[in-house]
Amino acid sequence: MESRRNPRAVVDPKVRQVGFFTSSQPDSSSTQQQQQQTDPIPASASSPPVSTISPSGNSLSPVMIPPPRLNSSDTFPLRGAAAGASSAVSPSSFSYSNRRDFPDGSTTASPGRHSRGSFVKSSTPVASSLPGIGMDSMAAAKSSSVPASGLTTVSVATMPPGLAEKASGMEVQSDQKKNSKPLKEKTTKAERRAIQEAQRAAKAAAKADGGKVPPGTSASVASTSVKVAKPAKPSTQKNEVSVAAGVTEKKGGPSEKDRKKDAPHPRMQYDDESRVVKAKRRAVVKQTEAKNRVELFRHLPQYEHGTQLPDLETKFFQLDPMHPAVYKVGLQYLSGDISGGNARCIAMLQAFQEVVKDYSTPPEKNLNRDMTAKISSYVSFLIECRPLSISMGNAIRFVKNRIAKLPITLSESEAKAALQSDIERFINDKIIGADMVIVKHAVTKIRDGDVLLTYGSPTAVEMILLHAHELKKKFRVLVVDSRPKLEGQLLLRRLIKRGISCTYTHINAISYIMHEVTKVFLGASSVLSNGTVYSRVGTACVAMVASAFRVPVLVCCEAYKFHERVQLDSICSNELGDPNAISKVHGREDINYLDGLTNNANLQFLNLMYDATPSDYISMIITDYGMVPPTSVPVIVREYQKEHLLV
Amino acid sequence: MPDVQSMVAEFVNKLRKRKIEGSQATAKCTVELLRSVISHQRVPHANQAAALIDAVKAVGQQLVAANPVELAVGNVVRRVLHIIREEDLSLTTAAMAGLDLLDASDDDDIDNCKGIGYPAMSAAVVAAAARSTLRPPSLQTLLEGTPESATVPYTSSSGADSESKTADKSSLTRKLKHDVIEGVNQLIQEISGCHEQIAEQAIEHIHQNEVILTLGSSRTVLEFLCAAKEKKRSFRVFVAEGAPRYQGHLLAKELVARGLQTTVITDSAVFAMISRVNMVIIGAHAVMANGGVIGPVGVNMAALAAKKHAVPFVVLAGSHKLCPLYPHNPEVLLNELRSPSELLDFGEFSDCLDFGAGSGSLQVVNPTFDYVPPNLVSLFITDTGGHNPSYMYRLIADYYSADDLVM
Repeated sequence: MESRRNPRAVVDPKVRQVGFFTSSQPDSSSTQQQQQQTDPIPASASSPPVSTISPSGNSLSPVMIPPPRLNSSDTFPLRGAAAGASSAVSPSSFSYSNRRDFPDGSTTASPGRHSRGSFVKSSTPVASSLPGIGMDSMAAAKSSSVPASGLTTVSVATMPPGLAEKASGMEVQSDQKKNSKPLKEKTTKAERRAIQEAQRAAKAAAKADGGKVPPGTSASVASTSVKVAKPAKPSTQKNEVSVAAGVTEKKGGPSEKDRKKDAPHPRMQYDDESRVVKAKRRAVVKQTEAKNRVELFRHLPQYEHGTQLPDLETKFFQLDPMHPAVYKVGLQYLSGDISGGNARCIAMLQAFQEVVKDYSTPPEKNLNRDMTAKISSYVSFLIECRPLSISMGNAIRFVKNRIAKLPITLSESEAKAALQSDIERFINDKIIGADMVIVKHAVTKIRDGDVLLTYGSPTAVEMILLHAHELKKKFRVLVVDSRPKLEGQLLLRRLIKRGISCTYTHINAISYIMHEVTKVFLGASSVLSNGTVYSRVGTACVAMVASAFRVPVLVCCEAYKFHERVQLDSICSNELGDPNAISKVHGREDINYLDGLTNNANLQFLNLMYDATPSDYISMIITDYGMVPPTSVPVIVREYQKEHLLV
Repeated sequence: MPDVQSMVAEFVNKLRKRKIEGSQATAKCTVELLRSVISHQRVPHANQAAALIDAVKAVGQQLVAANPVELAVGNVVRRVLHIIREEDLSLTTAAMAGLDLLDASDDDDIDNCKGIGYPAMSAAVVAAAARSTLRPPSLQTLLEGTPESATVPYTSSSGADSESKTADKSSLTRKLKHDVIEGVNQLIQEISGCHEQIAEQAIEHIHQNEVILTLGSSRTVLEFLCAAKEKKRSFRVFVAEGAPRYQGHLLAKELVARGLQTTVITDSAVFAMISRVNMVIIGAHAVMANGGVIGPVGVNMAALAAKKHAVPFVVLAGSHKLCPLYPHNPEVLLNELRSPSELLDFGEFSDCLDFGAGSGSLQVVNPTFDYVPPNLVSLFITDTGGHNPSYMYRLIADYYSADDLVM
């Protein structure tokens, strides 16, 4: 802290820089540090000193945001040497998918874990585990991180140079508006009409002025029209943007497309009957609606469980539009063989790789468009099997973005290879690599004598615990579990196999054991931009009790799971599991009070899958970009999501 | 006499083996047992109340020792002791009123009648002392200006052992036992009737279209909800299943049988659902003197969530659940750990449970109760009406005499 404070006195304090600014000063370390103090976002053009990244401090408070491309750029010189040597530890052997078969405990000895142990000694973490990334990708990564300075978006950088300077003024304004816009919900008819009229007015105004508008007025027109468009849903926003563009002369196409995607689409609401009927017509999976639905959750799909699987299995050999790899993954989702955010995401991406490999462009069709349509149809099939997790949504967004960005000049085989390597890179960088960075950060927070509590079976936390154990730290783990999935038992078995002493209990007893806990480590399905952690149901309870007992709560979540959506409660969007799992208690034949009552109209079973933990219960979120407070989540979402889409 | 002994032994055994559980059942059994103890107790002519108190105390100590977590047992024993003292006092004051008029000299037998036997003092002082410990101070006592020595620690029963002199004295002694048994019968009625008394108030608290969350299985809660339903209020109930005992399933079954809209949720979904809940209603295992509640495991979590969302947290408790003790570390000291087999299948995890070399050790924690501090409770509904947590100590002072707090 002391070293940070000194340069502040030296730097002339008259020039007070607040908010966004491109650093015009030379790249001295003193200005950087000041930037970091005034604003948590490091200016991405200049890479902060490495010393701030090293998680040496054991206290919980400091917040560190390491530079965006930490993994690759730091280890870049070592890569050539490491790539050859590390071919044995291929990242694909890092087994997410087979972690279910616990009886033999083979997963604990998978080579992926060993590699983690070794990287700490050699201090080349990602290099040893990511042999698939070549030099070209490194160069691409370098170049992508350069133009992301200040507010001038990446899309502006891709524009032809002549247009860029004209557009930039307007760009910045409308960009700010877009970024500050709240989440859109559905609009009423009246609102939509109002928007249309506003657009017409704007167009007329633009025509009257005949394009020779002084920039000030046109800006005001644009801003007013944007204001009117506030309650619009994203589809109408497209028109809106085009109007704004019309005022300011024609601009480059891709920039609008990018921004249009910024605002998340409203999700399918299952209480909207017309849309449900439409969706059903398209569906591959024949689902019967649950008879006894919970009124509060009519907006979520509630289907009879267990009926689709046999039906789909029989169809396996007569599927026409579906790729077998996608079909297989879908079945695995449906049966629950693959669960957990990372495992599901990786399985999906690998299926898409297969799709890309087997793809051939139909005659008279464009590869970019056709493949995007294909992927969309696969995705809707996967949604029918099980609603997407937010991390999967992000991954799909990435894949589609890559397809859209493929240069037309590439031949089909080149394009396919590029896509495959892109997906591979996403898996390795954003998921596996991110986990390793998280482990490296989080391990510094574990001290001898700690009593760590975890809930459910988060993969990232498990890696942290195992790694800390490998480092010979002495700690105890409390595994808290809950019905109906009892995932904690699997985690418990794996931890005990490794020789970690554990205490097992159920979630009701959480306030009994919280007295002895020193830290709580939780996993997350997603982190939303208001700091809400969307995770396995029960996480909120654990976090709440922990904060009531003044125990720090650390959430481990890869940054690719961050999302700009906001959510206040666990009801507006969630996923419902099999209600029958609640009425039957596994392994307890004496508990049969509810047998024969499952079809009673007065009795419903609610099997929520996720809940939303308010950000005030969370002390810190550990991501691959460092350890941040929940208030910094929107910063990460905004600053790194674009780069993450580009990679 | 021997049959009383064997009854006590049998009940102690049941308590120890946890054959009999639940505060209402234990309270009822205890009070019935104490009634037969009292009725079989041979009372000497002198010092009657003391003999009864000693007998009840002796049995009470055995019962409490058999299952210290079942606080209702201790509560009921204290209630019975309080009844004996009260009856004794009322007889004494009645007698004294008569005696005072006739002769002020035989304070001797008044002393005898006083079970505890205060050191020789004027009758007025003794009566005032007794009154001031048991009753709220009246204006009269304040005016009399009796010194605080009223509450001096008493010496063991006074040595004064004079024989009874008068005939009305013996009738008085018979009357004491009779009155005490009357009082105990009233207590039995009160315990078995507390559900109805509490349920009567349901209509004042449950509104149309409300959503109510409950946890664990409590007969009081069941009756409370059904009473509101009978009054044509329609509302829905969320029941947390209460793993690992799944008492919630039991409650859900009975609620459905009575035609209430019931939704069973997992315990982990309590926080997720609480934002749509209008009221949390739970049945207590015991209510401590500071207003804290001991309830089924998981209650503290629900109470914290309710506090976060400003949802009223209502505790239903019959008066036999009011415990005059102040809790110290109640999560641990007033708790009970149950078998791990309710959580883990021994067949699957038996290899982990041995503390062999190489593998880590495994412990399983399965507590039965949870403590809710008074600041998380919005309201207590007892058979005497609704009360704030801060008022509990006063209610307790009405039911128990200060001498019995430590048995």
